[in-house]
Amino acid sequence: MNLATKDIRHNFGRFALTTVGVGLLLMIVMGMGGIYRGLIREATLLVDRIGGDFWVVQGSTRGPFAEISRVPPILEDRVRGVPGVASARRFVSHTIQREFRGRPLRIVVQGLAWPDDQGAWLPLIAGRPLGQAHLEMVADRSLGLPLGEKVKLGKDIYEVVGLTSGMVGSGGDGLGFFTVSDAQSIQFDLPGDAIRLDRQSRRARAEAMDMGRVQPLVLERSAGMSDGIPALGPPMVSAVLVALEPGADPHAVAATIASWPDVTVYSEQQQKDLLLSGMVDKARRQLGLFRALLIIISTIIMALIIYTLTLDKVHDIAMLKLIGARNSVIVSLILQQALLIGALGYGLAYWFGTFAFPRFPRMVTIEAPDLLQLAAIVLGISVLASLLGIWKAVRIEPNKVLS
Amino acid sequence: MTQTSAQSTAALEALNLTKVYGTGNTEVIAMNDVTLRVARGEIVALLGPSGAGKSTLLTALGLINPPNSGRIVIGGTPVMDGPRALVDLPAFRRRHLGFVFQKANLIPFLNAVENVQVALEINDVPPRTARQRAMELLDYLGVADRADNLPDALSGGQQQRVAVARALANHPSLILADEPTAALDSHRGRQVMELFRKVAHERAAAVLVVTHDHRSLDVFDRTCEMEDGRLRGTVDTSTAMV
Ligand SMILES: Nc1ncnc2c1ncn2[C@@H]1O[C@H](COP(=O)(O)OP(=O)(O)OP(=O)(O)O)[C@@H](O)[C@H]1O
Ligand SMILES: [Mg+2]
Repeated sequence: MNLATKDIRHNFGRFALTTVGVGLLLMIVMGMGGIYRGLIREATLLVDRIGGDFWVVQGSTRGPFAEISRVPPILEDRVRGVPGVASARRFVSHTIQREFRGRPLRIVVQGLAWPDDQGAWLPLIAGRPLGQAHLEMVADRSLGLPLGEKVKLGKDIYEVVGLTSGMVGSGGDGLGFFTVSDAQSIQFDLPGDAIRLDRQSRRARAEAMDMGRVQPLVLERSAGMSDGIPALGPPMVSAVLVALEPGADPHAVAATIASWPDVTVYSEQQQKDLLLSGMVDKARRQLGLFRALLIIISTIIMALIIYTLTLDKVHDIAMLKLIGARNSVIVSLILQQALLIGALGYGLAYWFGTFAFPRFPRMVTIEAPDLLQLAAIVLGISVLASLLGIWKAVRIEPNKVLS
Repeated sequence: MTQTSAQSTAALEALNLTKVYGTGNTEVIAMNDVTLRVARGEIVALLGPSGAGKSTLLTALGLINPPNSGRIVIGGTPVMDGPRALVDLPAFRRRHLGFVFQKANLIPFLNAVENVQVALEINDVPPRTARQRAMELLDYLGVADRADNLPDALSGGQQQRVAVARALANHPSLILADEPTAALDSHRGRQVMELFRKVAHERAAAVLVVTHDHRSLDVFDRTCEMEDGRLRGTVDTSTAMV
């Protein structure tokens, strides 16, 4: 006869409520771990998926994610000239926040090097990759834009032609893929008045300069479009992505590019390490600390629950002792209940999580090793939590029956 | 029954038991040099006014309230020497002692048969055998039809009979009962007392019952009276009744 389960059956309502409470607590502990894993996944997702072997960024910066990096697009051609390089693509990325249908819409604008890169590598769940050089976008599902939706960004209207799933930036905002030139026109979009003012002041500067006076063409161009001014060149990009030829020596290629004084080169792994060590590290420690606190709180709460369950049974435990029960009978009664609460709470936590976690605004990734680790922690919590109750129970004198 | 035969087959011998509660102003001598023998198969009533020390004596004999001095020998085994235990007390209790109190003290989350069964399982009887024996005991006490009911669903008398069944479960050589019939009507109370007598005689157990119910004293072989912690003389009612 198992006393623990008999007692539980008798006090089922209270036991169930307790277990649900513990389950919710453990779900949060589980979620914390999941949010941490999700943070890492989200941070490295783009670097993973975009699949460049090397990232060439502005000299002595840790860009383009950890800080701003700007390199000229012409760098693409220089990189292509390095022996062993199969292809080079420009990488443009920046986050915008716009109002869309009355709600804020945050998009990580991602430039694809059209026509080399049309986004065929994107994990599409609907639609197609980009099909033309302008006015199309592939949006992540998390942006909440349906296929065929038209979004006005800057002065143009872009149509959503494809949907991805799980493509978010390191801040958790959904990615939107455009051609590089579209991405740049979104980035450098200015209101008409600002452009007119800019052109006027440019013209005034040109009139004041020698070059403006001796070169009428410069004076003329200064009042036109900014990319029509040869001296300014086309807008900068964030980085250049390098893909190696099969069999090429990555070290040799990296060494060659690294010898150029104006750029810094990172391997894919180095780029991920930069992301994790810089941006994610503090969040990771924060979550870790919070998780540790929650585990301590869970232990205390469980200990109090087990303790009160034991207090309620003082008389019965005294009676069992009176009729000669060994301490082991009493200890196993309490320990089994603690373990049962822990185990059921863990199961409930997992089950609740399957409903709750997908609704979290940021990615929650539950991995098997984390689940196992939490199971071990719950086992530890349960044993630890029962100690207080056990301590109380072994001290109960059998003559307590009479009081 | 002669004095010598009672001694040689004594189920219980208590020698010079003393118990003092508290110290200084609050000091109470609850038991003062109490010596008592109960033979196997004998049922003895313990009488006395409130506060006389009856419960103190009974719990001391039940090995849950150690005396300050004196010796307790049960079934020929010395078990207490003053406050010092000479045996593993829980083990000794589950093998040799049975308790019944004024309240049934049933475990509320176990049904009637389980309340009896648990005493057997604690004494290492395998569950199947324990269940079977528990059912037999409930049958013996006339509550087999309520075997599956939780204590809450039983009347006071039914609960008390289950408690008696639990006390009898491990064939104890000594049964200690503290006002077992106080919560029962006189008819039911008398039934329980007669049951104790039957158990004492049929199973050769020694039974010591604290009671205030003078109407059922004829059930007992002998009565002892306690006052102010002292055991005053004993009367052999069985011979007196004849
Ligand atoms: N735990 C205790 N602490 C202090 N004094 C106690 C304790 N238990 C009993 N006493 C005292 O010891 C004396 C004997 O008490 P006991 O309970 O043995 O009497 P009793 O004969 O059983 O009385 P009743 O018929 O009312 O049950 C009383 O004066 C009581 O106040
Ligand atoms: Mg009493």
